[in-house]
Amino acid sequence: MKKKWLALGLSISIALSALLGGCGSSSTSGSGDSSSAQQAAGDTIKVGILHSLSGTMAISEVSVKDAEMMAIEEINASGGVLGKKIEPVIEDGASDWPKFAEKAKKLLQNDKVATVFGCWTSASRKAVLPVFEENNGLLWYPVQYEGMESSPNIFYSGAAPNQQIVPAVEWLLQNKGKKFFLLGSDYVFPRTANKIIKAQLAAQGGELIAEEYTPLGHTDYSTIVNKIKAAKPDVVFNTLNGDSNVAFFKELKASGITAKDLTTCSVSVAEEEIRGIGADNMVGHLVSWNYYQTTDTPENKTFVEKYKAKYGADRVTDDPIEAAYINVYLWAEAVKKAGSTEVAKVKEAAKGLEFKAPEGTVKIEGENQHIWKPVRIGEVQPDGLIKEIWSTAESVKPDPYLKSYDWAKGLSN
Amino acid sequence: MSTYLLQIFNGISVSSILMLAALGLAITFGLMKIINMAHGELIMIGAYVTYMIQNVFIQYMDKSVFDLYYIAALPCAFVVAALVGYLLEITIIKRLYGRPLDSLLATWGVSLILQQMARSIFGAPNVDVRSPVWLDGGLVLGDVQLPYKRLFIIGLVILSIAGVYIFLYRTAYGRRIRAVMQNRPMAQSIGINTRKVDSVTFSIGAGLAGIAGCALTLLGSIGPTLGTNYIVDTFMVVVLGGVGRIVGTVAGAGAIGVGNTTFEFFTNASLGKVLVFLMVIIFLQWKPQGFFTINSRALDE
Amino acid sequence: MNRFSIGNKFELGKKNMTIVIIILLLCMAPFFLSDFRTNLLGKFVAFAILALGIDLIWGYTGILSLGHGVYFGLGAYCMAMYLKLEAGGGRLPDFMSWSGRETLPWFWKPFGAAPIAIFMALCLPALIALAIGYLTFKNRIRGVYFSILTQALSIIFVVLFVGQQELTGGTNGITNFKTIFNFSLADNRTKLWLYYISVALLLLAFIFCRFIINKRVGRVLIAIRDGENRARFSGYNPTTYKVFVYCISAVLAGLAGAIYVPQVGIISPAEMGIVPSIEMVIWVAIGGRGSLNGAIIGAILVNLMKSGISEKFPAVWSYFIGIAFVVVVIFMPTGLVGAFNKLKKKLFSLKVGKAGQLAQSNVPVE
Repeated sequence: MKKKWLALGLSISIALSALLGGCGSSSTSGSGDSSSAQQAAGDTIKVGILHSLSGTMAISEVSVKDAEMMAIEEINASGGVLGKKIEPVIEDGASDWPKFAEKAKKLLQNDKVATVFGCWTSASRKAVLPVFEENNGLLWYPVQYEGMESSPNIFYSGAAPNQQIVPAVEWLLQNKGKKFFLLGSDYVFPRTANKIIKAQLAAQGGELIAEEYTPLGHTDYSTIVNKIKAAKPDVVFNTLNGDSNVAFFKELKASGITAKDLTTCSVSVAEEEIRGIGADNMVGHLVSWNYYQTTDTPENKTFVEKYKAKYGADRVTDDPIEAAYINVYLWAEAVKKAGSTEVAKVKEAAKGLEFKAPEGTVKIEGENQHIWKPVRIGEVQPDGLIKEIWSTAESVKPDPYLKSYDWAKGLSN
Repeated sequence: MSTYLLQIFNGISVSSILMLAALGLAITFGLMKIINMAHGELIMIGAYVTYMIQNVFIQYMDKSVFDLYYIAALPCAFVVAALVGYLLEITIIKRLYGRPLDSLLATWGVSLILQQMARSIFGAPNVDVRSPVWLDGGLVLGDVQLPYKRLFIIGLVILSIAGVYIFLYRTAYGRRIRAVMQNRPMAQSIGINTRKVDSVTFSIGAGLAGIAGCALTLLGSIGPTLGTNYIVDTFMVVVLGGVGRIVGTVAGAGAIGVGNTTFEFFTNASLGKVLVFLMVIIFLQWKPQGFFTINSRALDE
Repeated sequence: MNRFSIGNKFELGKKNMTIVIIILLLCMAPFFLSDFRTNLLGKFVAFAILALGIDLIWGYTGILSLGHGVYFGLGAYCMAMYLKLEAGGGRLPDFMSWSGRETLPWFWKPFGAAPIAIFMALCLPALIALAIGYLTFKNRIRGVYFSILTQALSIIFVVLFVGQQELTGGTNGITNFKTIFNFSLADNRTKLWLYYISVALLLLAFIFCRFIINKRVGRVLIAIRDGENRARFSGYNPTTYKVFVYCISAVLAGLAGAIYVPQVGIISPAEMGIVPSIEMVIWVAIGGRGSLNGAIIGAILVNLMKSGISEKFPAVWSYFIGIAFVVVVIFMPTGLVGAFNKLKKKLFSLKVGKAGQLAQSNVPVE
């Protein structure tokens, strides 16, 4: 009997404390890794960090959060912005889109943050988009995505399709072959990306062999690999989501298919994911991004060093991590230039802003709030890093609606 | 032709994986009537144990014996998962016998905790387990290549099922387990320590999940949410096959595995999944007890 | 926790006291909370409506459905389709055009009219529940088998909705609404209205459920829970009653979904999945199954707790939630309300003696 009362008391006190916490006016970041949280509220600028720290997407998003925290600490260490320290408010989107919307509302309305760094999946971005537009907030989104979007309240530092997919397909058509097999997870990015690719293939003399989608969290790729074998494509263009890539590449290798027999090009597999897949399962396969850990710039050298020093020598950096990192700097630079954290002023100041990023000098395109980026095709090495084998001569202008391509006319209505 | 042959093999292979994942459930759910939603997390534990053993071998052992880590990992995964299962049983499960639906809710809470623990200990990103070299490549028959990994899992399943069968039906302890599960008061009255039998049975079920986790490292990703991908499928296997019969689990896994790959081959993966689950629902309308039933005259079974 | 102490004083009105206090508290809440919190609370009130339905089927009838997310989701999607069409103002919804669709699918067209959308939000769940319920209950699929079957149902719906991106918005779901009945959703007054509408709907749903429970139907349901075969042999056909209550609970779930969408602003297939479905049951388990007040308290309290803890401890909040679930299910099978009643009974019997105990036995145990 006693135990029962104990349990009751325990759960009630948990509930009460939660109630109090939930209704309290402000809550700062709970995790211990923010040194700036002790700062008095008046001398800080609050910014939101909104990623999935639990659920299936935590696999990718936790590292991105780490990069953002690192950038915030660096900026604080060098004096902050406008004489104030940046104070991160961390929220967990829990891989659940309505939860993202809820937390975004909380950050903007309750915590009154100056800006938010966050999201990974397109679905979570689409979920928070109306929240940011309604409340006139500012979101810095760090991941490559399917394009066809340009919200006035979002800055996109990942690649638009014309900075990743389109050049990759063009390069593959010229160097690897005409017959394409499109493989993707069943959600918005792969479906939209493949729509673009199909239009491009039709215009540039490629041939679509097959198009396959697997549910998110699909674990067995033996049938898909069998279909690939039967179809004999020149190129498998892979838009699978993080987790499924592991099963897919392990299956490819187990079936005796190596990069020599079949060219695959992935756009959602970066260094972080390769760690989970196992480098030996992916050696020689191709990927397309804007940044690799091996990218040869002085900025990148220090970035990688600092990241490893902070989070461990076994950690790797990759494109979304880098994009998340420069997001914080881009925002800070824009705030400095504007002399204010007001959204309209920051947006105005961000137009044309240039920054020496680890991937090279990037520039914010004022027209669509995307970023000029170089495009790089890389090959996975035995140590799990990626070697650049081709890159654009200079940064590519972002074109989320693919307006500058004739064949893409019908796509963006 | 070779495509179809390979597809038949894929069906068998997927079935064998489901079988392995569901075998532990066949014991905890089938015999003990505990709906263990944390079964998937026990599988995850098995996978992480394999990862740890691999790291131990990399750190402390000579390179030449690295490939043997997998052999060491199998029993370790069993033991660790069984231990976790034992702890679960003596703290939580023992209070839930006879309340199957409550066991479902409580163990779901447990699965949340275990997932978060994995995230705290190993970090949120997936980890990599390098499969041993002797499992690379495959058996080449004409122009069909059967991956050794999948053949190995099929062998492992056969061994596990045989082991479970022999243990349950050919040993004194197995007889005791069956006695307790079939008629608890009677078993108690002839002097069987039913508490101990409960703990041991549940631990064995959990240990089998650990082995499944170890096997899954060969094929898929190893991360905190690994178990969630399998939990519903495995319950379907047990229910479809018929609760309480090992042969039912084999049949259920066979039907779902072959069904899944075949539908996937002729349509696509999403539709394949929908069709299989639809078939299972329709089948259960016809035979609510699954393929194999235990005849019973009790009205409220 | 004062509502219970007040409940003690007015012994006669006690049965209604709890709900009156809950509703009063909910009505006053907007005066004390920020707009954001009120909006959040409105979402929880929607969940409470759903919890009432789950309590009817699980607490009173003993059927554990792990697929109620589907009915909730269907209600929500019906409403979302209306909101999306209104936001589009005659143009094709945005996700359709980027999925390459040129015309509005036929089944979307009626949803342009709000009454039809609301009607469908209630009807569609009922129809599907009728079909599923009739088949499974007639074939005497019970207990765990039914629970697992409903899980399969929820997976089917999720995969279907995810796969039909051009028709349903895929994984993203449907989002980016602008107005409801031509009132701007961004306006705080509209949000307040929606909040009070949810509270009113909650009260109506409660009265409706109370009505069912107090009728003979309610007693038959409890009889089915406690001994289905005995009920059958007493001349009642359990199938009819079970199908009836399953449909009612599906309708309540649909209603909850319909009022959830305008307040939250998004519905995605994930909300129909197994995880949310299990969570819904947990609310009722924590609040107290077999007690309508318990369902409401559980739904609101658990969600408050979830939001609160996940804000305070974004990295490790799952621990708290997991532990709370385990503790409540194991140690308080009748939930918070049941535990309070026991506590009250104990205190009361100390004061008044045995006569008081008889008057207290309104909460069934398991």
